[in-house]
Amino acid sequence: MHIGQQIAQYLLSGLSTGAIYALIGVGFAIIHNATGIINFAQGEFVMLGGMFTVFFLTVLNLPLLVSVILAIAAATIVGVAFERLAIRPMKNASPISLVIITIGGSILIRGIAMLVWGKDTHAIETFSGNEPIQLGEATILPQHLWIFAVTTVVIICSKLYFNYTISGKAMRACAYNSRAAGLVGIDVRRMVLFSFAISSAMGSMAGIIIAPLTMTSYDVGVMLGLKGFCAAIIGGMSSGLGTVFGGVILGILESLGAGIFSSGYKDAIAFIILLIILFIRPQGLFAKGDTERV
Amino acid sequence: MTKSRSFLKHEMVKFILFTILILFLPLAFKGGYLLNVFVFVGIHTLLAVALNLLLGYAGQISLGHAAFFGLGAYASGILTATHGQNPWLAMAVVAAAVGTLAFIIGFPILKLKGHYLAMATLGFGIIVYIAFNEAVELTGGPSGFSGIPNLSLGGVSFDTDFKNYYLIWGMTLVTILLSLNLVNSRIGRGLRAIHDSEVAARVMGVNVRFLKVQIFALSAVISSIAGSLYAHTMTFVSPTSFGFNFSVELVTMVIIGGLGSIYGSFLGAALLTLLPEILRAFQDYDIVVYGLLLIFMTMFMPGGLVRGIPALVGRIVMRSGAGSKADA
Repeated sequence: MHIGQQIAQYLLSGLSTGAIYALIGVGFAIIHNATGIINFAQGEFVMLGGMFTVFFLTVLNLPLLVSVILAIAAATIVGVAFERLAIRPMKNASPISLVIITIGGSILIRGIAMLVWGKDTHAIETFSGNEPIQLGEATILPQHLWIFAVTTVVIICSKLYFNYTISGKAMRACAYNSRAAGLVGIDVRRMVLFSFAISSAMGSMAGIIIAPLTMTSYDVGVMLGLKGFCAAIIGGMSSGLGTVFGGVILGILESLGAGIFSSGYKDAIAFIILLIILFIRPQGLFAKGDTERV
Repeated sequence: MTKSRSFLKHEMVKFILFTILILFLPLAFKGGYLLNVFVFVGIHTLLAVALNLLLGYAGQISLGHAAFFGLGAYASGILTATHGQNPWLAMAVVAAAVGTLAFIIGFPILKLKGHYLAMATLGFGIIVYIAFNEAVELTGGPSGFSGIPNLSLGGVSFDTDFKNYYLIWGMTLVTILLSLNLVNSRIGRGLRAIHDSEVAARVMGVNVRFLKVQIFALSAVISSIAGSLYAHTMTFVSPTSFGFNFSVELVTMVIIGGLGSIYGSFLGAALLTLLPEILRAFQDYDIVVYGLLLIFMTMFMPGGLVRGIPALVGRIVMRSGAGSKADA
């Protein structure tokens, strides 16, 4: 393989992991914008998506599509339960308490997953075969196409939801000013619950579509969650294109860095980027003054 | 004036009682397994006190403190085992270097607040953790670094749990005394002012930015010394002791013990060090208990054990008092 071919390959694989980070990052942003909370348990929903799918597929022997839908539903229920049991009772808590609560939640979810499913790594069949597709200089797998398609569809749907439905608009109102939203009759607590439901569903989808490529286990959520957060920070906590670009930039830099320098430091690259962005532009790369944040 | 003097006297009495408790505790263990556990309680107390200065007093969270602990441990280990330096000298040089590092990164990091501060410190911790794993020639990589000598002083080598207990608790007690002194000083008041409102603190003439960075560096220095002590006690270090989970564990110790309470840090460290030993019977369930504990403590005992237990006892006493009155 000559160098151009290699770089094309890195770009493509970076693009697909970047799409996953974007999906997770948008979940972070939705909760953050509705509540001001950074949900450190976000990565666990990603893990739950993959693990529930494995469970429905292999233990209950359900078909793929049914398993995926059930897995998303199950992860969403966990997300909603988490909000009701741990977040809602903490009405006027300090940011530090909320950080601790969500960390506690993430440890708890991970611990239960480990008890239920064990510490083994599980594989999921790719959705449509392993026949590589030649794309110019590089090759990709059908699963990569699935990742691009699902991410695109989810991002478009969320954009439509926030712009054209009543409840989506109500959530944006909460993000601007939750007290004012309450005054005009929006049920703010319900919107917070919605935000947890949507972002746990999105997170679980990310976990499901990546599982056939990277395998899944009870502890995959930590790193994926943190990378998703990096994407959201780069994108200035927007739940739209900013975070998508953030994820893609992160994925590509990571894949180039791993390919050209050292694969061992791959994960460090994401965090070095995170620190640089937090130090230089804490409002994100794409924020221009006061931006729309839902 | 008299009030503050009687307050200081009160603090001194508490400290002396605590010291006596610690000095005589090994007699109760008779050199058994618990003595070994309490050596680690000592190290963890040192770390929890260090983090409490930052988190409890100044109100600045750090999810990367395991990195400072690890840097101290690895640097001490490498300087003494690979380069044959004097362990005490190495400990001091390393602590100074880690302090300088914290001072430098403190300026950009502590400009951030709340969740962003949590994420930045977390990111720093993970970068350092990855470096421990990847710099194989220096650190031995994931399989660890062994052959670190024990500390020795005037011909006495600290090679048993009994000797290490007194070595580590000696250091910890000195640190506690210095920390108590610090938090009851002008600097301590400045820190609490920052905790309550940075703007108000600035208006009152506190150099907020500089004070935050200073306390961050001090906290890193203490953590680094704890790391050096850990390395020389264990004679072996591996990256897993210094990962994200341990940073979270440290924050948990401080919160469970009680934010802004030095003795609370001891309670938190003791509980979280003993808990895995107790839960060992349950094997893998400890992680679940750990998560639940974090959630419940934050929800129902936000002041930590050090304030929660007296309040709980008070409520029970009140209730039984009211009950007996009703009976009569």
